[in-house]
Amino acid sequence: MRAFQINSADTVATMLTDVAAGEVQIFGACLVMQAAEAIALGHKIAITSMQVGDPVIKYGVAIGIATQRIEAGCWVHLHNCRSQLDERSNTFDLHTGQSNDIVYE
Amino acid sequence: MSSELWQGYQRADGRKGIRNIVLVIYTVECAKHVAHSIAAEETNAHVIGFPGCYDNAYAVRLLLALAQHPNVGAVLAVGLGCEYTKPASIAEVVAHSHRPSDWFYIQEHGGTRTSIAHGKALLTSLRQRMEAEAERVPMGWSDLVIGAECGGSDGTSGLAGNPVVGRFFDGLVDSGGTAIFEEIVEMIGLREVLLARAATQLVERELGRTYDKAEAYCKSVQQYSISPGNFAGGLTTIEEKSMGAVAKSGNRPIQGVIRVSERPSRAGLWLLDSVPDGHFMEFGYTNPNDTEGIMDLISVGAQIVLFVTGRGSVIGSPIAPLIKVTGNERTFAAMREDMDFDASAVLRGTRTLDESAAELEQLIARVAAGEPSKPEELGHREYFIMYKHQNTPSLAQGCRA
Repeated sequence: MRAFQINSADTVATMLTDVAAGEVQIFGACLVMQAAEAIALGHKIAITSMQVGDPVIKYGVAIGIATQRIEAGCWVHLHNCRSQLDERSNTFDLHTGQSNDIVYE
Repeated sequence: MSSELWQGYQRADGRKGIRNIVLVIYTVECAKHVAHSIAAEETNAHVIGFPGCYDNAYAVRLLLALAQHPNVGAVLAVGLGCEYTKPASIAEVVAHSHRPSDWFYIQEHGGTRTSIAHGKALLTSLRQRMEAEAERVPMGWSDLVIGAECGGSDGTSGLAGNPVVGRFFDGLVDSGGTAIFEEIVEMIGLREVLLARAATQLVERELGRTYDKAEAYCKSVQQYSISPGNFAGGLTTIEEKSMGAVAKSGNRPIQGVIRVSERPSRAGLWLLDSVPDGHFMEFGYTNPNDTEGIMDLISVGAQIVLFVTGRGSVIGSPIAPLIKVTGNERTFAAMREDMDFDASAVLRGTRTLDESAAELEQLIARVAAGEPSKPEELGHREYFIMYKHQNTPSLAQGCRA
C-alpha cells in the first residue's frame, strides 16, 4: 500500500492506493507506517499526530485545522479537519461528501 | 518543446484557428430548438446560445467573443423576434471580422419547420463561402492559446493531472505560446502563493485585488468551489483543493489578469477572472458548473482547452476541442471512451512529470493538427452562457456594452 508526502513539512500524505488497516509505504518521506483504519485512494493519512487546533499541512501549507486529536496513521477528513474559510462543509456526510442542510420534501 | 508545425486557418485579426466551423447562435431560449435542429446532422456546425430575454452586456460580449473565435469561420444568428439580444447586430459584428454571417427571426419565417428549412439553407451557403474563402497557413506553439480548467477533482488531481498540465504549460510559455488558467475561486486560501507568481509589481496588485474580490464573493454567497465528489475523492477543504488546482498553472510568472471575453495582450501565462463584479443585480454563481468555466476560457481565444478531472467527466465543448486528462488510473479505466489522457503513471512512479508532459504535448499537437479529441468524436458540445456582470471594457465593435 502506497502513499505520497508532497512537501517535507507535510503532516499528511495522500493515498495512492486503497488501504485496509495495515502497512503503508510513504513515498517522499521514505518511511513505512501502520494505517490505523481503512483509507481510500486520494484520501489523506496522518503521518504525525496532531492536537486540536494544529494546522494540517499538505503541499507545505495549512490546508485546514485539526478539530480533534489525530493520531499518526489515522484518516484525516471532514470529521477531524476543518477549513479556515468554509464553515459549511464539516456538516457534510463524511463518506459521500453530500450536504444534508437542504431539505427535500 | 518540439518545433511542431501544422496547418491552421488564418483569420483577419491575425489569429489562427485549428478548426473551421459554422457557429449557430440563438439569442433567446425560445429559439433554442430551431437553432439545434438547423445544426443537427450538419458537418462542422456547432451551437451556442443565451437563454435570457433581457439585455445583459456580459452575455452579449461573450456571444460576440465566441462568434469571432479563431476556430469559427462563419456565423448564423437565430432569434425569435421579441428578445432584447439582437441577432442582426451579432451578424454585423461578425461580418466586420471578415467572416461570412447571416441572421433571421423565426417570427418572420413562419413556424418551426419553415424556420429550420430556412436556417439549413442559410447554413449551407455560409459553409460553402467559408470553405471557399478559407486560407490555410502553417502554425505552431506560438500561435496557440490553451486554457486549463479542472472539474471533479480528487486527491490525484493535485498530484498528477494538474502538475502534468502545469509542466506542459511551462513548455508552452517557453515556446512563445499563451497559457490561460481559470478558477480564481480555487485559489482561495492561497493569496501569498498567488501573489508570489506575479511578473511585475503592477501584476501583483492586480492579482491581490482579484483574489480579494473572489474571497469576498465566496464568503458572501457562502459557497466555495468544492462539491460532494471532491470530498468523496479525498479533498477535505477548499484550501487543499486550491493547492491542487493551482498546480495546473505551472511555474512561470503570471503576466496579468483578464476577464471573460477579454483577449490577452501578449503571450505568456495569464489568469482568467470569471468572478462577478459588484452590481445592483448580484446575479449568478461565479462558476456554476465546469462547462461555464470552459466557455470562459474559449471566450478569451483558447483554441484548445485541457480539462483535468480526477473523478471523471463526460462533457465536451463547442468551438474549441476539449482534451480530458485524469491522474486517476481507476477513472481512466472506467471512462476510457471519454478520457483522452492518463497521467497516473506519474503516481505509479513509471513516468516522470517531464515524460508525461511530453506525451501530453504530442497528443495536443495531434488534436491541433485536426485529430478529434474524445469529446469531439463523441459529439459532446455542451455550452453554458448565463446572466452575469463584469466591469469589462467594451469590445471595440458591437452591441450595446
